Amino acid sequence: MTDETSDILVKMRGVKMEGRSDETWSPIINGVDLTLKRGEVLGLIGESGAGKSTLGLAAMGYTRDGVRISEGTVEFDGIDLLKASAATKRDLLGKRIAYVAQSAAASFNPAHKLLDQHVEGPVQHGVMGRNESAQDGIELYEKLRLPNPDQIGFRYPHQVSGGQLQRCMTAMAMSCRPDLIIFDEPTTALDVTTQIEVLAAIRDIVDQFNTAAIYITHDLAVVAQMADQIKVLLKGDEVETADTRTMLAAPTQEYTKSLWAVRSFERPTKPVVQSDAVPVIRVENVDAAYGTVPVLHDVSFDLHQGRTVAVVGESGSGKSTTARCITGLLPPKSGQIMLDGQTLPADYKKRTKDQLRQVQMIYQMADTALNPRMSIGQIIARPVEFYLGLKGKEKRRRVDALLEQIELEPTQYYHRLPSELSGGQKQRIGIARALAAEPKFIICDEVTSALDQLVAEGILRLLARLQDELQLTYMFITHDLATVRAIADEVVVMKDGRVVEQGPKKEMFKPPHHPYTDLLLSSVPEMDPDWLTNLLNERGVDNIGDAAVDKM
Amino acid sequence: MIVWTAIALVVMLGIAWAFRFAGQAVTGNAPKFRDMPFGVAYGYVLGVFVLIWLVWAYLQGRSSDPAVANKFFFLRIAIEGLIIFSIAAWIFRLFGRSVGTAWSRKMFRSMPLTASFGILTIIIYAIFAIFAGVIAPYGQEQIIPGVAANIIPGGDPAMGGNPEFPLGTDQIGRDILSRLIYGAQNTVGIAFATTCLAFLLGGSLGFLAATLGGWLDQILSRAVDVLMAIPSLIFALLLMTIASVWAPELGIPLTVFMVIIIAVIDSTRVFRLARAVGQNIVVMDYIEAAKLRGEGLGYLVFKEILPNATAPLLAEFGLRFCFVFLTIAALSFLGVGIQPPLADWGTMVRDLGGFVNFAAFAPLAATAPLLAAGAIALLTVAVNFVVDWMLHKSSGLKE
Repeated sequence: MTDETSDILVKMRGVKMEGRSDETWSPIINGVDLTLKRGEVLGLIGESGAGKSTLGLAAMGYTRDGVRISEGTVEFDGIDLLKASAATKRDLLGKRIAYVAQSAAASFNPAHKLLDQHVEGPVQHGVMGRNESAQDGIELYEKLRLPNPDQIGFRYPHQVSGGQLQRCMTAMAMSCRPDLIIFDEPTTALDVTTQIEVLAAIRDIVDQFNTAAIYITHDLAVVAQMADQIKVLLKGDEVETADTRTMLAAPTQEYTKSLWAVRSFERPTKPVVQSDAVPVIRVENVDAAYGTVPVLHDVSFDLHQGRTVAVVGESGSGKSTTARCITGLLPPKSGQIMLDGQTLPADYKKRTKDQLRQVQMIYQMADTALNPRMSIGQIIARPVEFYLGLKGKEKRRRVDALLEQIELEPTQYYHRLPSELSGGQKQRIGIARALAAEPKFIICDEVTSALDQLVAEGILRLLARLQDELQLTYMFITHDLATVRAIADEVVVMKDGRVVEQGPKKEMFKPPHHPYTDLLLSSVPEMDPDWLTNLLNERGVDNIGDAAVDKM
Repeated sequence: MIVWTAIALVVMLGIAWAFRFAGQAVTGNAPKFRDMPFGVAYGYVLGVFVLIWLVWAYLQGRSSDPAVANKFFFLRIAIEGLIIFSIAAWIFRLFGRSVGTAWSRKMFRSMPLTASFGILTIIIYAIFAIFAGVIAPYGQEQIIPGVAANIIPGGDPAMGGNPEFPLGTDQIGRDILSRLIYGAQNTVGIAFATTCLAFLLGGSLGFLAATLGGWLDQILSRAVDVLMAIPSLIFALLLMTIASVWAPELGIPLTVFMVIIIAVIDSTRVFRLARAVGQNIVVMDYIEAAKLRGEGLGYLVFKEILPNATAPLLAEFGLRFCFVFLTIAALSFLGVGIQPPLADWGTMVRDLGGFVNFAAFAPLAATAPLLAAGAIALLTVAVNFVVDWMLHKSSGLKE
């Protein structure tokens, strides 16, 4: 420990970055310092727009188009990346600094096999020969616990699952044995059961090769498993930096505390439903198929007035298909959907206007759910006019009331376009559009999964308040069990198109569970930095995540 | 000649290397020179050499010896035109930046020079087309009494011109300037009407196919495939020949048939685009939300799909307009398009085409047919500049 400076791999001092929009440069990062030692993992967290990814890329000496580093220095292993020549940087990037992007599916070239893309870096940089690198790739695949490591490299990106692709990309980043890897939200798009596998694999391989890493995410529980140090960013400013345990145990700043507190939101338990009550929506023995491929098998559950039923399961388990059956977009093969005890026509085109009005939907991606060419006022006014026949001033008054209900100032937002709103605000508009129809029943399809935790909590609180005020019934589709814990009254667990388990929330979170429910519950990262280690010790690598699902 | 060119290119390799090396030494290894690939350095050197040659050629074009000057006459005109148009476009953009609403001023600020040139040209064409009757000194079919035919453009009596007819007269003594101006009205006006009709037809059917899908989509798409399988110009020629028999019998002008025929043929391309764009929009959640609300087809197409498809459709409109315009000019050139005595640029090129043979020794005489051809080329280039700019804007690309 005599020469401490040589231990430092990345040194960023007073980095200020600006982005070009509307003909002016506006600040993105306002002077952040970052120090990363060899073999250390730094977690970078913050909500979207906080500048996490921009800062992560700056650590590579790279900026996206329309972004520039206006002040400060970035040093990698003593080399000033901002002043280095293109040739020097070419030598570093890929070889000593690697990058793992959020969407592996979008980052692989779909026209080439995985292994061919894997060997590209080492061959280009002259680290290894083609055959040697291919051999090494297969070893890396094995280390990352990919199935059939000998063969998986000869597949095309579309032939492997999302979790596997993300691990292939990690292997590719490892191919030149870099000193630094930047992970940009590598597990955000994955299911919990897949995420845990990827997390275990990344942590394992980073440990084995003593690689330093910057891990960018907005999920605190994930970062708690991965990082030695955590840096919290808020709107381009550093809030605080500390090692993981200190940060989790004793955050000093208000903002950090509020991030930590998000998961504490939980609604009071409601009394048990009376057995003779008519459910608002009853799903009865529904079988459905896309073409000839069966998707749902004998799905039944009830949704009662003023209550929230969370439908949980990984992607492909039939959650959203059930929603499509209820709305009538996908008429079921057999079985029926009942609204207030009356059978609904299977096809939405055959339903009456009033039946359509009673069932509304809020979508996962607010970006695609709102017409980008319509103003907020128009979007909300349309169902008001269409269903309630209000015109002119009355319509405007109703829209204003709705905007107030979702906590947005009407005069300020009425004429804006969806692109001028933040993600959370857009989702609120989606809620207002559903409310405008004055429905009894709303399907919420992963409404918070694309949002940051603080914003998501705001949406959940809003939905809870509206439910209490308007006696709405929610079907809450999600794969996030923290959300379930926060808002649900009853839970339905689905797997492969079947209902595996259903019941009140209290019972769901208490053992004994169905083995699949148990796996889902155990895969949700907790805020304890030892959680993943303990879980791996307890269960072993082969009994977590998708590997365990396959065994069922 | 080839050997000399090759040697010059090789010498330039050396100069490029020296240029980059000198740049690095003089600027103290500034990033611009340090990271400059050799290809870029070579490009700079090549560019400088081409520029020097152009300057030399331009001076040759202004030489007092007519034999030399005639050789470089058209290059000289092209360079002068380019400079004049650039200045005009620059002034126009400056004007747009200081006059108008905040929105239009902002638009002009972010506009490249090519786009402002395009807009300026289109505006000028539009003015000429709309006010042709007022602007043109003579009628389009007027054979001016007492004036010789084939007056050479330029208005210089020594060269066979006449200052009263700056662009000369054609072979039966009609004023070419007036015919050019009326040609804008006829050719551009008819092209505009045809393009609108093509978009109405192709756009509405394309959106319908995208929204409804199923058998309607199949029938329309296959029908379009069949129409597109036939080479369009030959198909148009064939149909025009048939129409030229019907037109007098039915008492409908042939031009109406031409508009319909070209519109139908071009609507197939619009159909394909509208269907593809529509299909991308139809899968969006907001369309699903509107369907589940119980909205009708009209609302879906006009309120939800159309506003989101305007950018690609508008860009296609510009391109399609050029193609339609060229098709009309081509048909007129072949003799089945706009019928005499109406002035039309395609017909004018055909009628005066023989003068091109004089280009080597009497370039002014050869200019006569090139005026109409130039009018066509200028408008096509202008429209494409504007379309490029709009595409760039709607795709959200940064520089």
